[in-house]
Amino acid sequence: MPVLEVQNLSKTYRQLGGETTFAIGNISCQVEPKEFVSFVGPSGCGKTTLLMSIAGLIAPTSGRVMLHGREVTGPPPKLVLVFQEFNKSLFAWRSVLGNVRFGIEARGNRTREAEFRARSLIELVGLKDFENHYPWELSGGMQQRVAIARALAYEPEVLLMDEPFGSLDALTRLELEDTLLRLWEELGTTILFITHDIEEAIYLSDRVWVLSRRPSQIIEELRIDFSRPRNQVATRAEARFMEIRNRIYRRISNERAV
Amino acid sequence: MNDSRTFNWSGWLALALLLFMWEYGSRLNPKLQLYIPSISQILVTLGQLISSGQVTAHLLITLRRFVEGYLLAAVVGVSVGVILGYFRFAHSLLEMLIEFLRPMPSVAIIPVAILLLGIGDSMITAVTVYASMWPILVNTIDGVRYIERTLVDTGRTFGLSRPRILWHVILPAASRYIVTGLRVSLSIALILVTTAEMIVGSQGLGFFILDEERSLHSSAMYAGIILVALLGYCLNRLFLLLENRGMKWRRGMIAREAI
Repeated sequence: MPVLEVQNLSKTYRQLGGETTFAIGNISCQVEPKEFVSFVGPSGCGKTTLLMSIAGLIAPTSGRVMLHGREVTGPPPKLVLVFQEFNKSLFAWRSVLGNVRFGIEARGNRTREAEFRARSLIELVGLKDFENHYPWELSGGMQQRVAIARALAYEPEVLLMDEPFGSLDALTRLELEDTLLRLWEELGTTILFITHDIEEAIYLSDRVWVLSRRPSQIIEELRIDFSRPRNQVATRAEARFMEIRNRIYRRISNERAV
Repeated sequence: MNDSRTFNWSGWLALALLLFMWEYGSRLNPKLQLYIPSISQILVTLGQLISSGQVTAHLLITLRRFVEGYLLAAVVGVSVGVILGYFRFAHSLLEMLIEFLRPMPSVAIIPVAILLLGIGDSMITAVTVYASMWPILVNTIDGVRYIERTLVDTGRTFGLSRPRILWHVILPAASRYIVTGLRVSLSIALILVTTAEMIVGSQGLGFFILDEERSLHSSAMYAGIILVALLGYCLNRLFLLLENRGMKWRRGMIAREAI
């Protein structure tokens, strides 16, 4: 049984000028437990809107999202969203430890054990010795690590990630991709990832859904079966990797030419 | 922000020079001395007033009125500000009223307050609250209103209820605005207490200053003025001390942004 099921989701909004935007066409998909799946699509294709709907932060115009067979009507427990803009999402008034503890406290746990768990998560994302720093004292990559640790502290079954590495430099990006995969394998969380970076989607995922321009729809589903653990050099060097990348790229650019 | 570790030599030197000119200007001109006594004379009077306990009661009363008015203004300003910042409708409802009343010189309502409340302590507290509430109110509204959308969504995706989002996310995020309002209000509250005391008081430093002036005790009058100035200075220092403690994260952030 799928953990997460999106059924005929569509979203239309009315902008300030009275213009109507069709953000999401008609999307249906299913995510299996402990799967790593990605949506990849051109920028401005409504990816964020899709993820916000799945997270229960905005209501879809039609269709529905089911989590464990129950309809999502508001932000569900056991599901958390990691935002692209980590600098706006982190709490500037809390230290690294305080931010990560927030994820545990949000669950209602304020015990000493909470602090212990927060510390071990901080270590897990590679920020040991930075517990007492404030977010603005850290680099972008480190800030996003804090945001990821905070999300994992909430013990979600499903982790939604909205272009989490979009604003990081290329090297930091590769590093964080591997950190994320390691955490995913260790903790067994289901991850739904959004990116405009085709190679990133292939490298990380079990399955990739290619989205069209607005109103976005799934135009292709690909199963990615490179062995795990993956390797930034070896996996990306495989002939099949380039094949898949080119296929997705052609699909998206054809789409753009229409 | 000024760096407290470096001592401002030139500033203190300029002040010392000014006081020196005051001292000798006054001494050289006996006629002037009647209205502007020398600094040394004023300080001697101040010492006498303090040691005889004559002025202490006035000082404490002014301080008490200030604390009452300021704390009440803080409570009203922050809580109403949060409501108006949070609920768009409440804000549109009261926006025009606020925009009309806020720029009005607050002392203009002193006559109204006398009419309604008489000339007792409650009137002084009322005008102090009224006047010092505005900066707190307006800053709190802005801080809550223009909160980063992503921050609220972060609270929501972590399953926080609305009151908990308000407490754990919106208020801390708006705190730097609120603190700015509180800082501005500090001096306004002291101005209003002193002014009101001059008009209706029979006690307090404002009354003392005016009373000594009317009795032609000019050195005692200046001593009173120095005491109010010192009170303002100390309150401001205390505020900065507390702010630095409570807003440590913010100070470092400003320092980082400035680079």
